[in-house]
Amino acid sequence: MSLLATFNIGATGLVAQSLRLNTTASNIANIDSVSGPDGKPYRSRQVVFTATQPAGMPGSGVQVTQIVESTTPLRREFKPGHPKADKSGYVDMPNVNPTEEMVNMISASRSYQMNIEAMNVTRQLMMSTMDLGK
Amino acid sequence: MNAVPKYDPLSFGETALKLRTYRQQVLGNNLTNSDTPTFKARDIDFASVLENQLQGQDSSKSLSLATTNGRHLPGTAVVDDPKLLYRIPIQPSMDGNTVDSDVELSEFTKNSVFTQSALTFLGGTIKGRMSAITGQPS
Repeated sequence: MSLLATFNIGATGLVAQSLRLNTTASNIANIDSVSGPDGKPYRSRQVVFTATQPAGMPGSGVQVTQIVESTTPLRREFKPGHPKADKSGYVDMPNVNPTEEMVNMISASRSYQMNIEAMNVTRQLMMSTMDLGK
Repeated sequence: MNAVPKYDPLSFGETALKLRTYRQQVLGNNLTNSDTPTFKARDIDFASVLENQLQGQDSSKSLSLATTNGRHLPGTAVVDDPKLLYRIPIQPSMDGNTVDSDVELSEFTKNSVFTQSALTFLGGTIKGRMSAITGQPS
């Protein structure tokens, strides 16, 4: 049933967008984390979306192929009393950009809603197909 | 308007419904990939694909039968996949993605309404045939 495929495509969108929301939440939560498990400052994480397209199908949705750490320079703050400060009194802070993260969050939640909308419509159509000829 | 329908309503309804759900899949895929860099939005030319499939020949994808003898009958097979075209973007974006959510969502909704109507027509045809078979008004 072709409509079931549409439904599954919507589901891949939900998974991908919620993962994106997840990384955004992690980035915002760690905006001031000067050290992670490896002792280094937290680096902003971003998801990479890739369209999946098996042969013979118009498309089968989206997939998060990898989560990359941002390579933008770390934010340096002058905090001489900080335990992590270097000789000249600077501390390396995470390279999380709050503006970028907020935009990402809004975009992800809108896309999530759009996928839900598409899945709802598809569900209604599937229900009508089942009632066909009654 | 032709008084006599050009195609059998049952097979017409079936083909139309098949294509509608196929298009629903294409448009749903566009919506889902609205944030994927370099993704290009696709669509089908519904009217021409429907016409081709009803006539039993999709000029772009039909396979013809090779004949080695003058008395062989020519044959053609239709490969089901309709030709996917690319949507022309209204506002190009920086990441090479050509999905315009508003356009896609409106096309998706429109297509679902047409799918619903195809289902209604097909259901009506089935009901009509059933009442012709049983002799009872449904």
